[in-house]
Amino acid sequence: MIGQAVNRVDGPLKATGRAAYAYEHWEAGQPLYGFIVGATIGKGRITGIDTEDAEGAPGVHLVMTHRNAPAQGPRDESISFEYWRAQPMLTGPDIHFYGEPVALVVAETFEQARDAADLVEVEYRVGRGRFDFGEFEDDTYIPKTVNAGLPTDTAVGDFDAGFAGAEVKVDQRYTTPYEFSMPIEPNASMVAPRGEDLVVYVSCQITDAARDSVAGTLMMDPERVHIVTPFVGGGFGSKLGIHSETILAALAARTLDRPVKVTLTRQQVFQLVGMRPTSDQRVRLGAGRDGRLAAIAHDVTMHTNPDVEYAEQTAATVRSLYAAPHRLTSHRLTALDLPRGTDVRAPGEAPGMLSVESAMDELADALGMDPVELRIRNEPTVDPERNVPYSDRHLVECLREGARRFGWENRPATPASVREGRWLIGYGMSAAIRGHFQGPTTVRVRLEPDGTAVIQTDMTDIGTGTYTILTQVGAEGLGLPLERVRVDLGRSDHPSSWGSGGSWGATNSSTAVHRACAALRTRLLDAACGDTRSPLHGQDPAEAVFSEGDVTIGGASEALREIVARHHPDGVEAEGQTRFMGDDPNYSNYSINTYGAHFAEVGVDADTAEIRLRRMLSVFSVGRVFNPKTARSQLIGGMIWGVGAALEEEAVVDPRSGAFVNRDFAGYLVPVHGDIPADIDAVVLEGYDDKANVLGAKGIGEVGICGSGAAVANAVFNATGVRVRDFPITLEKLLPGLPAMAA
Amino acid sequence: MSASDTHAMRRGQGEMAPPSAIKLNINDQVRQLEVDPRTSLLDALREHLRLSGTKKGCDHGQCGACTVLINGRRVLSCLTLAVMHEDDEIMTIEGLGDPDHLHPMQRAFVECDGFQCGYCTPGQICSAVGMLAEVEAGWPSHVTADVSSPRVALTDDEIRERMSGNICRCAAYPNIVAAIRGSAEGGAT
Repeated sequence: MIGQAVNRVDGPLKATGRAAYAYEHWEAGQPLYGFIVGATIGKGRITGIDTEDAEGAPGVHLVMTHRNAPAQGPRDESISFEYWRAQPMLTGPDIHFYGEPVALVVAETFEQARDAADLVEVEYRVGRGRFDFGEFEDDTYIPKTVNAGLPTDTAVGDFDAGFAGAEVKVDQRYTTPYEFSMPIEPNASMVAPRGEDLVVYVSCQITDAARDSVAGTLMMDPERVHIVTPFVGGGFGSKLGIHSETILAALAARTLDRPVKVTLTRQQVFQLVGMRPTSDQRVRLGAGRDGRLAAIAHDVTMHTNPDVEYAEQTAATVRSLYAAPHRLTSHRLTALDLPRGTDVRAPGEAPGMLSVESAMDELADALGMDPVELRIRNEPTVDPERNVPYSDRHLVECLREGARRFGWENRPATPASVREGRWLIGYGMSAAIRGHFQGPTTVRVRLEPDGTAVIQTDMTDIGTGTYTILTQVGAEGLGLPLERVRVDLGRSDHPSSWGSGGSWGATNSSTAVHRACAALRTRLLDAACGDTRSPLHGQDPAEAVFSEGDVTIGGASEALREIVARHHPDGVEAEGQTRFMGDDPNYSNYSINTYGAHFAEVGVDADTAEIRLRRMLSVFSVGRVFNPKTARSQLIGGMIWGVGAALEEEAVVDPRSGAFVNRDFAGYLVPVHGDIPADIDAVVLEGYDDKANVLGAKGIGEVGICGSGAAVANAVFNATGVRVRDFPITLEKLLPGLPAMAA
Repeated sequence: MSASDTHAMRRGQGEMAPPSAIKLNINDQVRQLEVDPRTSLLDALREHLRLSGTKKGCDHGQCGACTVLINGRRVLSCLTLAVMHEDDEIMTIEGLGDPDHLHPMQRAFVECDGFQCGYCTPGQICSAVGMLAEVEAGWPSHVTADVSSPRVALTDDEIRERMSGNICRCAAYPNIVAAIRGSAEGGAT
């Protein structure tokens, strides 16, 4: 079952509109509707709020502001993972960023709540905010660590000497903009009181974190908070934690003792969820004429919110990527009065590799060397900064296989040398690497007396395919057909997990399912082989085969269902666990990563500089794959995110107010059908990483975006001879340098 | 007019707006409901009739998740009011098929893995069904080479252009194109 390209088991529900997302649950009856009122200044203080008109408006039950909001638990910095911390809202008159909630209006209908929200009158004293990254980027501080607890700075050898002595050098600055996850389902929550308890339907990636965050904020026993999140309309990092919609819905539901639901508007998603920080990155590469790197440095400055520090690990990826004796990485932050930075798909890796892999292309150009060959020449034998072996590194195979399949040998060797009609044609490539992580996860597998299995964990399926792959792993583990395995996810009352994020969800939960099934098999075999009523009596359990619902040892066979019914008439269950990577020696003894190589062909309009992706192919090495169909989809999705980062996505701050000016899908461009050619594919090399976990699998949710933008950017350079280092590459940046070419 | 005057006037309007009793023909069923006249067709479907298969992604006509078929043509249900559709035949994703009786387009999306999180999917599927009817009727698009031709060839470029109003952030685009092509070539739409 593992490794088969089966269709998503939740596919028919999703394709027919029957999958219920957070805002769509009716079990608790008709809810009230909450609408958030946001601050219209970026920094300052509320000097007066008049809620009288709003409170008197038709249907309004509550207008909650900082003056009447219930007391809430503080954000506890001692809780090591921030998504588990309390998130108090409406705590005082100070405004920290544009759009910050200043009131929640709760009414009978959505229309009434939205209308009354407009009637809340807020007066402010406007303060002087720091909004413009360019103005303050030299005023930095050094964070203690960066995201995921990684070191802020690293140094190996003597970079200055190594770089000074290099024969060929690249020393360039690259800038990346604010970017948003922007799943199509806006952040939403419905909270229903049930006695002293709260049932919280919420769109989130980590159920366990949502429970603790709600409980900590509302100062409740976490056991009394019941998170329900069976379907999540995309996350991409933005739903790792919960946000104001959930806390405000919970506060209102408790205050009114009624179910209350709150969704962010699309515009509010740009204000209240957080974004990928903007970055200014300096990349220095020093190499010999043979292309071997002597020195690598990656120095990054980013924005952070002053109250909630977030340091994206942008310079961390290069630490494991290429060999070089002299190395330097650093992260610096400048505090701006903007929404918090947060995890957006492949945090750090995506913007970091956009720069590093562009710089590698610049080095290849300076050397006059094939960019694929340049990367192969710098393949390390051990992780160059951690000085440990790689577990299962196949980057070179990805590069070679990708080049072969793509037809890389047809690459225009000279930039701006190929023209087809109005189109300048270019090829580009990039390498990809991403760390693989492992976190604590418990799964319960229950066998019913009718021979069906139920898999339960608070793990979520945010579109990644968790329902499907856990069905496959469970079916394989118990020898059952797929249709006799049911997966029940997204409830905090189930055993807990690290949820979906960091590309760790599939392997964490699958490994735990595998172990739970093994425990069940042992228990059932012991019972059957020791039972004179069983045809398996006296057989050697070590020889047992579980298949098609039967247990077979040699020539003897019995239905699994009958063993369960006889020995466990009420069913039988077992738990399986995956442990924290810090407690697993493999993760300290090996550098465990996923790898890839991206190849892209673009056309650039010779007159308008319009850039069209024509085709794209990426080859990955990610260990064993649970389901090639869903895996390919997820990898292609990541690759397309890279295309968006290279060419489209950019949120722009108004330096006067701190507001994002293009806060909707008309202004913040993400790839649409018309941007993406049908000729795009992801190929996965056969693999098995025995250091990662017992199943040999690794995460795939983020490696697709790592480097894919750089492949597109490098193709634009190859097409035009123009290097744009200020992402995204938009027409006005490319147009002035376009070559004059004969048609 | 001062801000407070504006508020007073607007509050007065809110008080004066009585709910409208309307009948909507949805998925071949006549449904009676009372709605605030400001209720979008999208919110009427989702919040009043609890047909939440039609999704709210932006509420501003920019993402396509709320696409439904009205008299066979695709319409963004967030950009139209419920009270405007008493005489119309409205088809939502729930009316196209159910998990045990999938519409061919729904089946094609499942087979081709034309989605991941599933939130934009109902809109993509409704849009695809409506789009094929537009192609069948010979309507040209921005990428149609010969706009005077009565027949439009259903190329990948035509599908991509005509589906560009439906954003999929999971970026299942190549699989969606494959699903639509497969469904169209199966002749079952």
